[in-house]
Amino acid sequence: MRNKAPRVRVRAALRVWQRNATVYKRTWKLNILPNFFEPFLYLLGMGLGLGAYITEMEGMPYINFIAPGLLISSIMWGATLETTYNVFVKMNFDRIYDGILSTPINPKDLALGELFWGATRGTIYGSAFLSILFLFGMGLHWGILLIFPMIFIIGFMFATIGLLFTSMIKEIELFNYFFTLFLTPLFLFSGIFFPLSQLPQAVQIIAWFTPLYHGVELSRGIFNQVWGVELLGHFAWIIGLTLLNTLVVLRAIHKRLYN
Amino acid sequence: MGNEFFSFCEFGLSWFMENSTPIITAQKLSKTYGSLKAVNAINFEILPGTCYGFLGPNGAGKTTVMRMIYCVTPLTSGRLTVNGENVMENMSAVKRGIGVVTQDDSLDYDLNVINNLLVYARYYDLTREQAVRRADELIEFFQLEEKRGENVRTLSGGMKRRLQIARALINKPSILILDEPSTGLDPQARHHVWSKCHELIEQGVTLLLTTHYMDEAEQLCDKIAVMDRGHIITEASPWDLIKSEVSPYVVEIRGDEAARNKILKAVVDQIDFHEALSDRLLLYTADAIPLHAHIQDMDIPVKTLLSRRSSLEDVFLKLTGRELID
Ligand SMILES: Nc1ncnc2c1ncn2[C@@H]1O[C@H](COP(=O)(O)OP(=O)(O)O)[C@@H](O)[C@H]1O
Ligand SMILES: [Mg+2]
Repeated sequence: MRNKAPRVRVRAALRVWQRNATVYKRTWKLNILPNFFEPFLYLLGMGLGLGAYITEMEGMPYINFIAPGLLISSIMWGATLETTYNVFVKMNFDRIYDGILSTPINPKDLALGELFWGATRGTIYGSAFLSILFLFGMGLHWGILLIFPMIFIIGFMFATIGLLFTSMIKEIELFNYFFTLFLTPLFLFSGIFFPLSQLPQAVQIIAWFTPLYHGVELSRGIFNQVWGVELLGHFAWIIGLTLLNTLVVLRAIHKRLYN
Repeated sequence: MGNEFFSFCEFGLSWFMENSTPIITAQKLSKTYGSLKAVNAINFEILPGTCYGFLGPNGAGKTTVMRMIYCVTPLTSGRLTVNGENVMENMSAVKRGIGVVTQDDSLDYDLNVINNLLVYARYYDLTREQAVRRADELIEFFQLEEKRGENVRTLSGGMKRRLQIARALINKPSILILDEPSTGLDPQARHHVWSKCHELIEQGVTLLLTTHYMDEAEQLCDKIAVMDRGHIITEASPWDLIKSEVSPYVVEIRGDEAARNKILKAVVDQIDFHEALSDRLLLYTADAIPLHAHIQDMDIPVKTLLSRRSSLEDVFLKLTGRELID
């Protein structure tokens, strides 16, 4: 017998977000510290180490070239870790969702709540990273204010990507494939460390279809205040994928949890 | 005077009508997983303020019925209404009126005891003040004061179950679903849970429970549906079931098969009926004392010979030819 899946409700989703925030509040001090070390180590190792050999990239110091992209990749790791491993454990091992779904919260509300929370975790990662960049004197201009909403939106986008994968798998080991075969290539080939224009045309075309690339380009444009219509294009791409993926993933989670 | 009399009658009638309108109605309720008919076209009605039990062995379909009632699994076919709402149409409204204690505990191990209640209250949109007041009441009612700030992991099995029931009551539901409330608890904890259940029934909560323990069903339920392989085999009050399906007393004999057969042959015209199981012989009778004495006098060596009141377990055995706990 088929019924119409009830519509998703933002208020119910925020209840789930609040639950995660309550749990996070208990351990946030422990949780957040690595988020500051990570960019520090990257900038030291890549910027100063590699930077000693590669002094300039596209007309800017190497460290300035990679920093905006690394910021976006940290959002990617933060948001996807949340909606992959953490959601999987809550769904399959800890039976947290069994408890939540026996209240007025429905599967789609739950999914949207986890997306908000994934975006929030991405934002926490990104903000920590950004604060270190500021400390290094990067991005200190008014235009940088635009990066804040971008951090959240990009976090949301990656949350939907992680959750979609989670909705499809039954074994936690399969996340290894997601991370090594999907996210790591994104990390390496989305123009964070070198401009894609150096790569064959085919690779550039593939890159256009991947989410991290657009985030990196958008971030680099904002950091270096290169305002152009391309930035709008990247932004539209990100919004488009996020909306589409949200619709798909809400349905997928409904199907997974209501059967 | 006449008018008053009639209005009194009307009042009585409407009271009667209201209280005899089922709070849960299932018609040809079915659930299929692949080719397995987990629940197979069952019908039942549950009256408000009563305790209704589903009794049956593992895999009978009890949990599946509960899950359809609290809207976490869709029906394959049939119709199910709860508090007047169709479970397939208005999930949130149905769930708002039900408290659920799942078979495997679904407490939030990332939160402490009080936060399990407060966070749960948010799912029902209770305000902070309402939540705190209600949580305090429940912690007192279930005697969890000392564990208030403790991690859930540190609770004993009985305390966890009590916390789960407390959590299920946070929104003052009219229906409380308990899926095997006392499985895995020690006798003391079971009795504690049962006494709380009795108090809740007295407060007017409709209780819906599943169990594979006879004594639990006998203790708590006004009415029992005996389930087996997706079907309801029979439905009645515990006492009526015992009265109608078996005789009031059982004489139970363990020993080698030859001895058992010899006894059976000798008393077969003095009993109502018997069950010959692999390891024992059950003789059903209206009066156990003379039968017991008679067997003793026969002087046939057996391992044990005991007389007892018959129970729902015997009903189940008679109805299905199988023992309940597998
Ligand atoms: N999600 C599911 N997928 C497939 N089969 C299931 C699922 N849930 C329950 N079943 C099967 O349905 C039958 C009834 O299960 P259940 O309702 O849990 O029984 P009970 O609670 O009486 O022990 C069992 O055979 C069980 O294996
Ligand atoms: Mg069960």
